[in-house]
Amino acid sequence: MTRKFETKTETNNEVIHSRVSGNRQVPSRSVYLDNAATTAVDPAVLEAMLPYFCKRFGNAASIHHDFGCQAQQAVQKARGQVAVLINADPGEIIFTSGATESNNLAIKGPAEKLRDKGTHIITCSIEHKAVLDSCKYLETRGFEVTYLPVDSLGMLDLAQLEEAITEKTLLISIMAANNEIGTINPIAEIGAIANQHKVLFHCDATQAVGKIPIDVQGCGIDLLSLSAHKIYGPKGIGALFIRRGRPGNRPAPQMHGGGHEKGYRSGTLNVPAIVGLGKACELCGANMVREGERLGKLSQKLLRLISENIDHIRINGHLENRLGNLLNMTFEFVEGEGVMLAMPDVAVSSGSACTSATLEPSYVLRAMGVSDELAHGSLRFSLGRFNTEQEIDRAAQSVIRAVKKMRDLSPLYESAIKQD
Amino acid sequence: MQYSDEVMDHFTNPRNVGSLDEKAADVGTGTFGSPACGDVLKLQIRVDSQGLITEARFKTFGCGSAIASSSLLTEKITGKTLAQALELSNKEIARELQLPPIKVHCSVMAEEALKSAIADYQAKNPRLSDGDF
Repeated sequence: MTRKFETKTETNNEVIHSRVSGNRQVPSRSVYLDNAATTAVDPAVLEAMLPYFCKRFGNAASIHHDFGCQAQQAVQKARGQVAVLINADPGEIIFTSGATESNNLAIKGPAEKLRDKGTHIITCSIEHKAVLDSCKYLETRGFEVTYLPVDSLGMLDLAQLEEAITEKTLLISIMAANNEIGTINPIAEIGAIANQHKVLFHCDATQAVGKIPIDVQGCGIDLLSLSAHKIYGPKGIGALFIRRGRPGNRPAPQMHGGGHEKGYRSGTLNVPAIVGLGKACELCGANMVREGERLGKLSQKLLRLISENIDHIRINGHLENRLGNLLNMTFEFVEGEGVMLAMPDVAVSSGSACTSATLEPSYVLRAMGVSDELAHGSLRFSLGRFNTEQEIDRAAQSVIRAVKKMRDLSPLYESAIKQD
Repeated sequence: MQYSDEVMDHFTNPRNVGSLDEKAADVGTGTFGSPACGDVLKLQIRVDSQGLITEARFKTFGCGSAIASSSLLTEKITGKTLAQALELSNKEIARELQLPPIKVHCSVMAEEALKSAIADYQAKNPRLSDGDF
């Protein structure tokens, strides 16, 4: 019986494989420039995780035997590693399944808890969907949400933020750095405003953690979300920082069942993944400055090589006040999905409608006032730890070739050069 | 995007890319779509005195499906009469390219651009009615 089952499983796997493999193989010399979407796990992170699958596999809550104690110790060590990276206390870190869950808890939790005190939340129109959709959900539950606009560079106005605060405001949620355009928000100033008005401040720091210094104490942050898979850790694990000693900062749990993580998030801890997250944070802390400089130089080189060979390009977002590894550019007169298809050896993402499931162009670019036409021609390049200079050189050539090919096909470019 | 071999073939080696003289009497030009929508197809056809499409050229702003639909369209209509070309439906293009449902609108764009190009040609050559071809 067992043999038959195994054969059937193999056959199913073959069938599945042949259906999805299609004709799109990852070219063997592909350059991965989509690190803002996800990152490869650092080999050192994987190595740290491995013992916790088969050898030290205990449930971290089973502290009545050595198997559990071992696991719990590993979790505590990881808690410390995460805390160090953001200048928090280990006791202020709880583990979740990722930044999406952390964002849900950080927004719905206070809303539920503080409903009697206030029903107003302030956020920004270009936050991640995990924040925006959580806010939209709360609106159906009778909460009022202010979505602050941004200017053409993706920056919000601090005066507008402060003006939006009322006596009913319970939470401000503003990200540290934007995932599409890389702009960095003035979170210390936002924290000061929030603290002054006694409003909780949540910061989705998923894209910023590990790349730029984040100091939850110095910035007056009450809640902070982060995710492992953006910082060379595994997918499926993240953390929420919950500042202690702040009145009212006890978000209502969204996951019940055993009271793990001080009651904030029930569920058996994913020990290997937590170990991975901890190690990933440790590596980021050690490499941040050097890596930041290196990737900043590489992204500048990429921009230079492309702009020396392609005209009619625009940078989306603030040129200086952004993450050094992220470059969002519009190539006028061509469409993003077509360009990406023409350069199968470079992995990036696009703000084009053709690449979204809803056939809507990037809402972040739209909020900045970028026209839909220009949004369709946008590509996001996000460099990472494993990119080399040679890869950047190769990627630049592929981008140039692909854009030129699509421009040769484009009626819009044809009209534009007639006018030039 | 997982595309069929047919789409990839037309995308990598698009047929009939280019332009004809819009002002020429025997050329019909049709444009469909808008930059805001992310799809623009400019189709041009040259029609001979027998009413046969002797040449078709396209330029497209759009994704892989849009390029492939445009390219396949020009292949299909070359050598056809206007009446025969008008029988071409987007469903045929979508089927041949095995377009995923979310991309079927690209084939619609091709059909609409064709109608527009033929209408333009006929407007320039009013003495020749549909029934002649």
